[in-house]
This record gives sequence, structure tokens and C-alpha cells, in this order.
Amino acid sequence: MTKKLFALAVLTISTAWGQLYAQDLMDMLGDDKPKTEFAYATFKTTRVVNGQSIENPANGTLLFMISHHFGKINSGAYNFYGLDQSTIRLGLEYGLNDFVSIGIGRSSYEKTFDASLKAKILRQRSGESNMPLSISLYSDIVLNSMHWQHPERKTNYFTSRLAFTNQLLIARKFSNDLSLQLTPTFIHKNLVPTAKSQNDIFAVGFGGRYKLTQRLAVNAEYFYLLPGNTADTYVNSFSIGVDIETGGHVFQFHFTNAQPMFDRAFITETTGKWSKGDIYFGFNISRVFTVKKPKTFKN
Amino acid sequence: MNNSTFKSILIAVGMSFCIISAASAQKYSTKNGRISFFSETAAEKIEAQNTQVNSALDITTGDFVFKILIRGFEFEKALMQEHFNENYLESDKYPNSTFRGKVTNLKDINFTKDGKYNATVEGDLLIHGVTKKVSVKGTFEIKAGSVFADSKFTILIKDYGVKIPNTVINSISESLEIKVSVELKKLIN
Repeated sequence: MTKKLFALAVLTISTAWGQLYAQDLMDMLGDDKPKTEFAYATFKTTRVVNGQSIENPANGTLLFMISHHFGKINSGAYNFYGLDQSTIRLGLEYGLNDFVSIGIGRSSYEKTFDASLKAKILRQRSGESNMPLSISLYSDIVLNSMHWQHPERKTNYFTSRLAFTNQLLIARKFSNDLSLQLTPTFIHKNLVPTAKSQNDIFAVGFGGRYKLTQRLAVNAEYFYLLPGNTADTYVNSFSIGVDIETGGHVFQFHFTNAQPMFDRAFITETTGKWSKGDIYFGFNISRVFTVKKPKTFKN
Repeated sequence: MNNSTFKSILIAVGMSFCIISAASAQKYSTKNGRISFFSETAAEKIEAQNTQVNSALDITTGDFVFKILIRGFEFEKALMQEHFNENYLESDKYPNSTFRGKVTNLKDINFTKDGKYNATVEGDLLIHGVTKKVSVKGTFEIKAGSVFADSKFTILIKDYGVKIPNTVINSISESLEIKVSVELKKLIN
């Protein structure tokens, strides 16, 4: 009896352990999740529509963006409903590292050069460390290079051509499909046209995207000017469009009431009214080039 | 329960622990194996590698398993990596890829003697939530107590339910060449 019991015990226990071990080989590898997962692809590219998105070009990546707005849709058959006219901006952006990118651009609107910097302050993440939002700082300087209206005037200072934009980009990727962004904006203009005009303007941007398919998203963006002379004189800009992603390119097609594409102008100098049909059809095409390869691919 | 039965059980438990520690000495594993894949068309070359591959081998049973974190694949182009995770492999939904297999010609391999042995491994490969049976040829090299397992094989992307849109059909080839290279070290309990 004792022997039988002994045999049974050995059999049961070793079988049990044996089975445990067969399963264990995979379990032994553990659930090797990354310690912290950062949100990525909150937006498809560095613009929501006209305004900046939380995205930077990746480290070592050069992004070339062509932005184009046609004329107003309500400008009649003579102007081929706006398609005869165009405003463009050409821009380059480069990711210096995982956190900071720089950019330069040229707009046909008021012959404007721009230079910008975007830096990540917080990155949305989950896992061992959690952060519900991504926050970046965006700053740019724009230079209006048009000839002086009154070249003979003694007070035509170079600094008068400059304006500055500072934004906090606060974004959250709620799901694979939905991302939203809040963009408090402060714009300073060195020279303004009238004594009543504001040199310092505050605005708040609201932006979002919703992915319809893996490669198609709807984007919308609204900039609200805080009460003041600018808000009384100009119109808040509203834009809506789609992002289409095809490998290395992102095509953004949109309708907007803002003619220019750089921050100072489309946020604080928009005159078009959606209700009157002052709508511009436009697009951004962005293409990325890998300039600096990641370390693992160097050799 | 008399005293001797109790003793027997104790002995049995003790023995099974001995068996287990003997068995685990026959297990090899790694946490930094390397898996890379490669696709080339006239339009685009795609290459990615993951150097954090988990793998374990039991040389007594021939069980050979892999676990790979999809987000651990690094690409030359950051955008490709983003698209790979977001659009193709959907790594939020399917974070891991696994392989559970068995060495079919275990008797041909002498794990105690240094040398290079040809091997065939058969099993279930799970990618993008789809499991497929695969049979893969490769080599085991025994050197200084480590087992180096190497293999190169090809899979079809469509077998694993990964859709390639028409717009990029010229850039991504239908098949991927996968290279596996792991150095397995004896597991010490």
C-alpha cells in the first residue's frame, strides 16, 4: 500500500511539474511589455491644417512641405472660382533630436520669411510612468520682406518687419482614431498699422483629427481671438480638411477662411467669412527624407 | 496516513524537485536575440531589426519558443516605423509576435559537443493575431556552452492578414525575408 502510494505520488507530482514546465517555456519569457509606451502619431504630420500640430519631424528627418491656398471660392466664374489665384508657402523642417525641431519657410503672402523652433516638453505616455498629455512649445519669427510703402520715411526700421508667435501645443491622443489639441497662442507684432491696433494678441486654438481609415483622417481647426481690437477687426479662422497618407507623403486637402499659412497672419489677420463664402481651397503636401540614419543602421 | 507514507511523499516531492532542477539545466534562453526582416522592390528597400528578442530552448524536449515585441523593431526611416506599427502590424492591438515550435531532428544534434548542426524547426508562428504553421531550416552552433541558433526564411505578408494598400503596392514586396539569430545561454536555476 505504501509503495503504491509512493509510486502514485511520484507520478502525480512529476507529471504535474512536467506539464507546468512544458507551458513554462513560453511563460518563462515573461510578458515583456516596454516599461513606458509613448503615444506616437497623434497627428499625421506637423500641421493640423494651417496651424502647428504636436508632431515634430523625427530625429534626423527632413520634412519638406508645400502649402497652397487657391483664391476665394466665391470669386466667380471669371476667376474660375478661385482656382486662378494662389498663395503658397514652401517650408523645410528638420528634427535635431527626439525633442527639438527647427524650420524655415517662405510665403508668397506679404513676401514673408519664417523661422521656427518646436520643442517637446511633455510626452503622453503610459506604463511605469504616466502622462495624459503631450505638450510642446512652438515659437516662430516672421519677416515681412515687402518694399516699404513709403521708402523716404526715416522710421523704416528693420525690426518693424518682424512679428513673433509663441504657442503651447497641448495634445492628447484619446484613441487610435481621435486626437485633440488645445493651442494657447501669444503673438507680438513690432509694428501695427494704427494706434488702436494691438501689438500683443492672445488667441486659443482648438484642433482635432479623427481617423476614418488607417490612411485617411478628417482634421479641423479653429482659432479663437480673445476680445480686443484684433477680434473686432478680423475673423476667427476655421479650417476643415482631410489627411491622406501614402507612404512617404501626407496630402492634406482643406477648406479654410484664411488665405495665408503662417501663424501671425492666419490667426490674427483672417478676413474671410465662411457665411459669405470667403472660402479658400488649399492643400499641404509633406514629404520626409531620412538625412541621419539611426545608430543601428549606420554600418 | 502512517509515518512511512508521509516519508514516501516527502521523498517523492524531494525527488521531483531534483528532476526539475535537472530538467531546467537543460534549458537555454536569451533576452537579446536578434530578428531582422527585409523587403526589396524597385521602389523601396525596407529593413528593420529587433535586438530584444526573447527566446528559450529545451534541449531535452526540443521545444523552442520566441516572443517578440512588435514595437521593438527599429527601421532606418522613422516614418516607416510609425506606419509599420500604426497601419500594418497594428501593434496597439497585437503587441507581440510569438513562435512555439519543436526541433524535429533533435537526435541529430549533440548539444554537449561543440560544432554546427543543421536543424529543422516546426511550429506555430503568430503575427498580427494570425497563427500559421511554419517549418524552418536553420543551424544550431554549439560553442563554449552556448547555443547559437540561426535561420533565414520567407513569409508571405498576406498570410498574416496584413493589408497593403494599392498606393504602395510597388514599394512593399509580397514576401518578407526574416533572419533569426539568437545566442542562447544555459539557464541556471
